[in-house]
Amino acid sequence: MSTATAFLDIALIVAFVALAIGQLLCVVRLFRGPTSGDRVLALDTLVINAIGLVVVLGMTQGVKVYFEVSLLVAMLGFVSTVALARFMLRGDIIE
Amino acid sequence: MSLFYIVLLPFLGALLPGIMNAAGRAACAGVTFVVTLGAFVGLMTNLPAIIAGETVQASIEWLPRLGLNFTLMLDGLGFFFSLLILGIGLLIIAYARHYLSRDDHMGEFFTYLLLFQGAMVGIVLSDNILLLLVFWELTSLSSFLLIGYWKHLPEGRQGARMALTVTGMGGLAMIGGMLILGRIVGSYDLSVILQNRELIQDSPLYLPALILILLGCFTKSAQFPFHFWLPHAMAAPTPVSAYLHSATMVKAGIFLMARLWPVLSGTPEWIVIVTTAGLITMVLGALIALFKHDLKALLAFSTVSHLGLITMLLGTSTAFGAMAAVFHILNHATFKAALFMSAGIVDHEAHTRDIRRLGGLRTLMPVVFTIATVAALSMAGIPFLNGFLSKEMMLEEATHTVLFGSDWLVPVLATVGSLLSAAYCFRFIGHTFLGPVRDDYPHKPHDPNMGMWMPPAILAVLVVVIGTAPFLAEPFVKLVTASLLGAAAEVPDAYLAIWHGLVPALYMSIIAVLGGLLLMLVFAPLLRAWEATPRPEAKAIFDWVVNGAAALAGRVIHGLHNGAFTRYAMIAMVTIVAAGYHAWATGTVGPATRAVQPAGPVPVAGWAMLVAAVIGMVVLHRNRFLALMLIGIVGLMVSVAFVFLSAPDLAMTQFTVEVVTIILMLLALNFLPNRTPVESTLLRRVRDGGVAILGGLAAFALSWHYMLRDAVAAPISEFHLANSYKGGGGTNVVNVILVDFRGFDTYGEIIVLGIAALLIYALTETLLDGPVRRKLLNRLPSQPRSGDMHPMMMVVLTRVIMPVVLLVGFYIFLRGHNEPGGGFIAGLIVSIAVVMQYMASGFAWTSARLRYPYHGVIGAGVLVAGFTGIGSWFVAKPFLTSDFTYVRIPPFQEFELATAALFDLGVFLAVVGAVMLSLESFSRLAHRDGDTDSEFPMDIDPSREEIGPDQPDAPVTGKGVG
Repeated sequence: MSTATAFLDIALIVAFVALAIGQLLCVVRLFRGPTSGDRVLALDTLVINAIGLVVVLGMTQGVKVYFEVSLLVAMLGFVSTVALARFMLRGDIIE
Repeated sequence: MSLFYIVLLPFLGALLPGIMNAAGRAACAGVTFVVTLGAFVGLMTNLPAIIAGETVQASIEWLPRLGLNFTLMLDGLGFFFSLLILGIGLLIIAYARHYLSRDDHMGEFFTYLLLFQGAMVGIVLSDNILLLLVFWELTSLSSFLLIGYWKHLPEGRQGARMALTVTGMGGLAMIGGMLILGRIVGSYDLSVILQNRELIQDSPLYLPALILILLGCFTKSAQFPFHFWLPHAMAAPTPVSAYLHSATMVKAGIFLMARLWPVLSGTPEWIVIVTTAGLITMVLGALIALFKHDLKALLAFSTVSHLGLITMLLGTSTAFGAMAAVFHILNHATFKAALFMSAGIVDHEAHTRDIRRLGGLRTLMPVVFTIATVAALSMAGIPFLNGFLSKEMMLEEATHTVLFGSDWLVPVLATVGSLLSAAYCFRFIGHTFLGPVRDDYPHKPHDPNMGMWMPPAILAVLVVVIGTAPFLAEPFVKLVTASLLGAAAEVPDAYLAIWHGLVPALYMSIIAVLGGLLLMLVFAPLLRAWEATPRPEAKAIFDWVVNGAAALAGRVIHGLHNGAFTRYAMIAMVTIVAAGYHAWATGTVGPATRAVQPAGPVPVAGWAMLVAAVIGMVVLHRNRFLALMLIGIVGLMVSVAFVFLSAPDLAMTQFTVEVVTIILMLLALNFLPNRTPVESTLLRRVRDGGVAILGGLAAFALSWHYMLRDAVAAPISEFHLANSYKGGGGTNVVNVILVDFRGFDTYGEIIVLGIAALLIYALTETLLDGPVRRKLLNRLPSQPRSGDMHPMMMVVLTRVIMPVVLLVGFYIFLRGHNEPGGGFIAGLIVSIAVVMQYMASGFAWTSARLRYPYHGVIGAGVLVAGFTGIGSWFVAKPFLTSDFTYVRIPPFQEFELATAALFDLGVFLAVVGAVMLSLESFSRLAHRDGDTDSEFPMDIDPSREEIGPDQPDAPVTGKGVG
């Protein structure tokens, strides 16, 4: 095993753990609030962390399709955030 | 003419009266007459073959594997009944033309009548008993329509319902009986069944089959104790009563008993059941008829009585009895139809059928008097009229019949029945036509025009002709009897004659007629005694039973379906868990064959988040907005788990569905309070929680158990993996399953999806003008709203991202056959791209730029998928067979063309249409006509030069919920 791959392995593990901790913290924030804005942001950050998780998973398993999944999540994940934000601001998301 | 045409002609002809209705009453009746005449002539072309003793057959395979074939058979018996149905049908149509008033919808009437006629001819010509059952039910249905023809009369509606209930239940029993019969013989063809007398009668299933079939026959032919529906069906117009309830439909039960006579009769069970039921019906019907004041009710009960007579004759199981039955069917059809039509004329002219208000019509209506008297005297059994002949044969047969070990029971009861029968006939004549002319008729009666009295007159002539010259009818009766008896018995040598010598039957006849006259002399005190006697009222009992059954059904249904989702979920969950536990406890469980996999820290973290979100959901679900976000966590974690478990297809689908769900929920949340109020008691919540935990644990146990073991049978996924590329031309197995292996399922699913979206549209459309919506729109927002309805940032962002998302959607769609993707995901992605425009620039702005309505998109999707499936028919392949090929167009690389992609396009369109239609319907609710629909995509646009007083400033000041 070369140094590079060993280093990559360690980096991936660190990334995994960091992302998981980040997600857990997001969940904590989501529960604690205190405002709805905090919660929406927590959910949005959770989605961003999930994108990271999927990318890292793709690198670990060497599957290219996972990058497309993460692309999709990145592209559409913000739509629900926008909808939640609109709901908070206007009540009606399509007006 | 082929038998098919005889059966199909009335059904096809049923389309005509409705069309001809506009052309006038005469045209409407005329076309019905011509159709019936066509069938009648067609029947007559088969007469030579029938006389030669042949059986005419015609057959088309329909569902051969079920034993259900469209086989028709015409023998003497079928010919006889077809003759009655079509011949009397012709007279009835002529009569009804003049009977129905201008207020009655004639086209409707004749349509029903032809439907009934076709069904009836179908019964008597069917060679297949399953086909016979179909026609049998059709007569029940069409007679329901005919009895309830005068929809404005409650008696008509109730009578129709009662007739349908009783005959329908009987039909249900008969289906069971016929299936057993078919099972015993191993064939559903009558021609085969009729050859297997010993096989059927030796079978242990003979008795159940017999009882079930007889239930069907007795209900249809109004035999005791099911006789009560027939008088109530008299609320129908008189032509219907004359046709259905004297000549045809009530004879269907008799016909079936006659048809199956060769194989079912002769056993002690048959003799006891059929003869007893017939005897009781005969006496009881005659007794009730005597005291009825309504002319039609009197005739109805007399019909019941005569049907009992015929049933009894069939029950005796002798060849002579069968011949008497055939002869009486013929005679009864002639005189009873004439009587019904006469009663209808009296009703039509005098405006009443109450016998107490009639009398003395002899001089006012001489023609009708003559017809009715001839027919009634025939029914009474007076010599030189046809009723006398068959009644004497019945009495003759009765003297030889032993029932319950007694040789006097049947003759005495038969004489009593005849006596009562003679009495009500005399009452019919005496109290309607004889006596002094009154001056208090509701309407001054006189003879009607010829069109009305001609049909009964023709029948009355037949009554006299057969009565005086029975030898004319003899060959025909013997022919029919021969085909009834089949191989079971020889046609008796007895001949039809007026004078048989001084036989017991003659004395019984004399007793009956004299006794009938005697009863008439003492009728007034008899009537008082009868009215003082308490009797069970059949309609009250029937209503009580029906209401009781309905109430019971209502209790069961409301117990299960009370409208609360929690109730359904609980019942379903408890049932599933109980059934699963039963399977687990009684089945065998193999040992675990797989090891438990270790869980890394990352999956554990994901799992912890899932659990936290779910528990948080339970605790905090009353805060609706927070609950929605917690659902978001669950959805996200499930998507990531799918990726982790190497199911990128599922992950993409799950994620896009998640986004659409949140948008849909937010649209709904707009109309709901922020918090869910507490509505259930603590006890109920604890109970529901218990059920939920039980369900969760059961699901866990099942998954745990299943994942540790290999499947018992080889999983189908092996097949899919092996054939996906070979057969479907795609390497993405999931997609190939969706569009190819299980394409038909997918086709059904997109149709369901489209229907669901249309329903959402329809429901919200009805809410648009409702008071609830107005109230909701007028409420004050719970928190201050931001002033910017259509922020510039968002508009710009969504415009930029739109083509990118569409491109991704297109890409995902195209490569779906080989890589993760496909029409469904692509449809969701494109929908989200469009929804973003709605959110950014508003409902009105986006709707104005729509080129195709979403309904049309759904429809187009279903059509594209459907036509793709049909396409395979052109190369003689089954529906939805897919094909693929590889083509190369320079300068591109070689690529694949698959019909599955076209199908997937249909899926794509249906998904886009359905998602957008539901979202649009919801947002339409919040959209108000009064809203200032900006023609600009965003409220504040620096590139717009003039910001003058024309500019709508409403958005900037804010106006609550918009």
